[in-house]
Amino acid sequence: MTIKKITMPKLGESVTEGTINEWFVQVGDRVNKYDPIAEVMTDKVNAEIPSSYTGVIEEVIVTEGDTVTVGDIICTMKVTEAATSVDEEPKVETKLETTTEEKETSMRHRYSPAVLRLAQENDIDLTKLTGTGLGGRITRKDVEAYMKSGKQSETAIEREPQLIREETRQPLEDDEIVPLQGVRKAIADKMTLSKREIPHAWLKVEADVTDLVQYRENIKDNFKRREGHSLTYFAFFVYAVARALREYPELNATWQDGNIVRHKEINLSIAVAKDNELYVPVIKRADEMSIAGIAKEIERLATKARTTGLDHEDMVGGTFTVNNTGTFGSVASMGIINYPQVAILQVESIVKRPVIIDNMFAARDIVNLCLSLDHRVLDGLICGRFLARVKKILQAMNKNTAFV
Amino acid sequence: MTELSYIQAINVAMKEEMERDENVFILGEDVGVKGGVFRATDGLYDQFGEDRVIDAPLAESAIVGVGIGAAMYGMRAIAEIQFADFIFPAMNQIISEAAKIRYRSNNDWFCPITIRAPYGGGISGALYHSQSVEALFNSTPGLKVVIPSSPTDAKGLLKAAIRDNDPVLFFEHKRAYRLLKENVPTDDYIVPIGEAAVKREGSDVTVITYGLMVHFAQQVAERLAKDGIDVHILDLRTIYPLDETAIIDAAQKTGKVLLITEDNKEGSVIGEVAAIIAEHCLFDLDAPIKRLAAPDVPAVPYAQPLEKEFVVDEEKIERAIVELSQF
Amino acid sequence: MVENRHSSLGLSDEDVIQMYKNMLLARKLDERMWLLNRAGKIPFVVSCQGQEAAQVGAAYALERGTDFIAPYYRDLGMVLTFGMNAKEIMLSAFAKEEDPSSGGRQMPSHFGKKANGIITGSSPVTTQVPHAVGFALAAKINKKQFVTLTALGDGSTNQGDFHEGLNFAGVHRLPVITLVENNRIAISVPFEKQIASENIAIRAKSYGMPGYVVDGTDPLAVYEVVKRARERAINGDGPTLIEAVTVRLTAHSSDDDDRTYRTTEELERAKEQDCVQLFAKYLQEVGLLTDTLAKEIDAELAKEVNEATDYAENAPFASVDTIHEHVYEE
Repeated sequence: MTIKKITMPKLGESVTEGTINEWFVQVGDRVNKYDPIAEVMTDKVNAEIPSSYTGVIEEVIVTEGDTVTVGDIICTMKVTEAATSVDEEPKVETKLETTTEEKETSMRHRYSPAVLRLAQENDIDLTKLTGTGLGGRITRKDVEAYMKSGKQSETAIEREPQLIREETRQPLEDDEIVPLQGVRKAIADKMTLSKREIPHAWLKVEADVTDLVQYRENIKDNFKRREGHSLTYFAFFVYAVARALREYPELNATWQDGNIVRHKEINLSIAVAKDNELYVPVIKRADEMSIAGIAKEIERLATKARTTGLDHEDMVGGTFTVNNTGTFGSVASMGIINYPQVAILQVESIVKRPVIIDNMFAARDIVNLCLSLDHRVLDGLICGRFLARVKKILQAMNKNTAFV
Repeated sequence: MTELSYIQAINVAMKEEMERDENVFILGEDVGVKGGVFRATDGLYDQFGEDRVIDAPLAESAIVGVGIGAAMYGMRAIAEIQFADFIFPAMNQIISEAAKIRYRSNNDWFCPITIRAPYGGGISGALYHSQSVEALFNSTPGLKVVIPSSPTDAKGLLKAAIRDNDPVLFFEHKRAYRLLKENVPTDDYIVPIGEAAVKREGSDVTVITYGLMVHFAQQVAERLAKDGIDVHILDLRTIYPLDETAIIDAAQKTGKVLLITEDNKEGSVIGEVAAIIAEHCLFDLDAPIKRLAAPDVPAVPYAQPLEKEFVVDEEKIERAIVELSQF
Repeated sequence: MVENRHSSLGLSDEDVIQMYKNMLLARKLDERMWLLNRAGKIPFVVSCQGQEAAQVGAAYALERGTDFIAPYYRDLGMVLTFGMNAKEIMLSAFAKEEDPSSGGRQMPSHFGKKANGIITGSSPVTTQVPHAVGFALAAKINKKQFVTLTALGDGSTNQGDFHEGLNFAGVHRLPVITLVENNRIAISVPFEKQIASENIAIRAKSYGMPGYVVDGTDPLAVYEVVKRARERAINGDGPTLIEAVTVRLTAHSSDDDDRTYRTTEELERAKEQDCVQLFAKYLQEVGLLTDTLAKEIDAELAKEVNEATDYAENAPFASVDTIHEHVYEE
């Protein structure tokens, strides 16, 4: 003897509920399987519904006139025979598997585009963050939470002392700890990257720029009056380098994912210092400019760096760097390549030196040009030729050949 | 406000529009005396008479084609296709004619027809009473395709469709007809075609979907909120042409996007949504775009376990959201 | 002297001369388009030649300005009678911006012009039949006194839309006239391989309407039967199916070579039934078309066709920016 439930059937494709219009049976009535037991009304059909069992009505649960959802129990029956119909829905196991393996970190360094963008825009060191995503992945929300927590600057301070502790010594009380932040940090990261990745090699040549010096001396005052800014030596050097690069495109290149990309445009990065910050704006298409045009562009970029600040646009797209180390009185230096470029030229101080010409001493204006090159990409031979070309252009500059 | 089911809201929309504009008329199979097999046109025959609620011969191409003719003349035709599964004989009339009339005549003629068709599975309807056919119409410029997800939207969107001066394909979910009930404004309002709606603000996972799946997603979202998963839901409402701005905004909101359709996956509407996100939101994405859809089999089988396997339900939606939130 | 048949139909002498002019203009425009096509100036032509009598006769029996027509692509004579002019036809042939049917978007002969009651059509055949029925339904619902005539070829009567449309019209007794221009060949497939019934008109019986077979090379005969059908429609007696038996004097279109499927003899026989010449003969016999008048008409229409061609050839195309226009209401 078992108690069986009879439920509100689904009478029609869109029907979700039904109203018991009339019961044909009452408690205690004996009914046969398929005997009608009630009339049900839905908004699609009115129908008599049959009993699913042979037995005795045990309880009438829904009263006439009431509306119940499809599947709700409307009455129960006491059934003697073994039930043949499927009355219990097979329970399908649908437990959610939440696979959060605890220490799994295979995704630790897989960054989504959103995470990378946030990190770049906000100067965040992703190694500082703990990922809550799958396999320890750092999620966009993790970065947002990190930014909100204000930990960014804190951790930046923490890092350096840790390194110092390991390698040198605890800072003393009077020591000043300068947090590595902002531009300084960017410089640090970039220089490290460059030195770590690029096998640097160096070359140095000497150029006699006596004629160039004389020429500049003659025109510089007029130029300043006319243009409102100075005509620096650096403009001549940039000009010469741009010309030479046209003939040696091997040096006008960048290293990109193991490929060497030679650029059509000659965009020269130049270093501009501001306090203890260093910016590297770009003179775009320098090979298409006159010396005066270059001078003007250098002036514009330098002024902008010192005043309103350079825009992102001013600093991207460089294909080769010319560094004016001569400004500090340096006569020889080894530049670190401006990653991912493949070479950098340091223009040193112009110094008067005794030189033997035609077996006679002569006082000449001499400048050293120091080139650092990425030895993965370039070799001494091609770079030597390039430097020789730059030297030749510079030495040939005089009042007859150079036109500012 | 008055409580209406989804199908009552559709009925009310047609009734109000027919009262408002005597050019509105209905034609279709069983729409007259019977009031429609789902009772969508219940009471309209009595109120408006046999000239405006027309029991048409059983021939879908004529139902749509005659509706198009009357609409070109200046009527506002509402053509009912009894089940979306039976719309295919009218495909030529919808795609070659209705959708192209304005364009091909250089704006001389236009065709204000609304074609209503019940769609969707999960109702023991088997192969030919369960299909989602919207993707087949979703690359037809000139046609608008609308799928409401609630009684309020059903009323407002159907009124907008009837008043629209271009052909609108209006799909109604059979299971939603009597499952969804809510308080619907009694006033004369429209829900503009072409605008998606944010149904829930959230920060963890963005769900973009339409039709009955919106309701399921909302149910799941409420449950998951208790577990700390905060779901953002965008209801497309108009699936052609898509509301690109709303899709981009919703995707950017969380960077984790779950697209749901109860149609089979390959070539479905959500594939186009995914393409829009891929084109515009690369740097906002925090996870691969995820699609939840029915399997790529011809249609819904009749047997219950197979039907359950086919349809997208709350369980499957919940699992997908949880997985994406954990990514 | 031959019997004057047109007076008894209520047509004046001016009417029949005008009908003749419409037929001849259609023929001349059609011939011009073939020349332009063969000269490489327009990409496509689909002809009316041989069917002008049915088209002009039917259109003449309607109330222009009140009634609607849903023509098919051969109905040049019909749309000219409904008020399109030579210039408009040529603008469409050259796909120019001013083409009233589509602004140069559709192929030529896909007619449409709301101001003249010409319902826009497409290339898939027979879709216009349910549209015409829809216009007729609108007339019935609005209790308006107008009739809609749709035309189609014999092959098209095998399409579902023909049967669905006619059945709908029959059930609801709608004021619609269906004119089948039976030129006995659907591109290359002859009547015998297209139609199982003895003729097309007999199909009307299935849809509860009268069906008539009429000589489609005689505009007066077609006029008469359409006139009667119109009266039935206006009186609320429902639709009519009319089968006008015609000939096709050209290939299916400029992309077709009919020598691959019909013999020279067949074509010669068809030419003997050239409706334009037959009608000219009738008008001569009743003393209306004198040699002088014939020459005058010929010269007048030739000038019209020349001017239309020149105008259309020199007219501008729609600007490319317009490609996005009128997808939806703007």
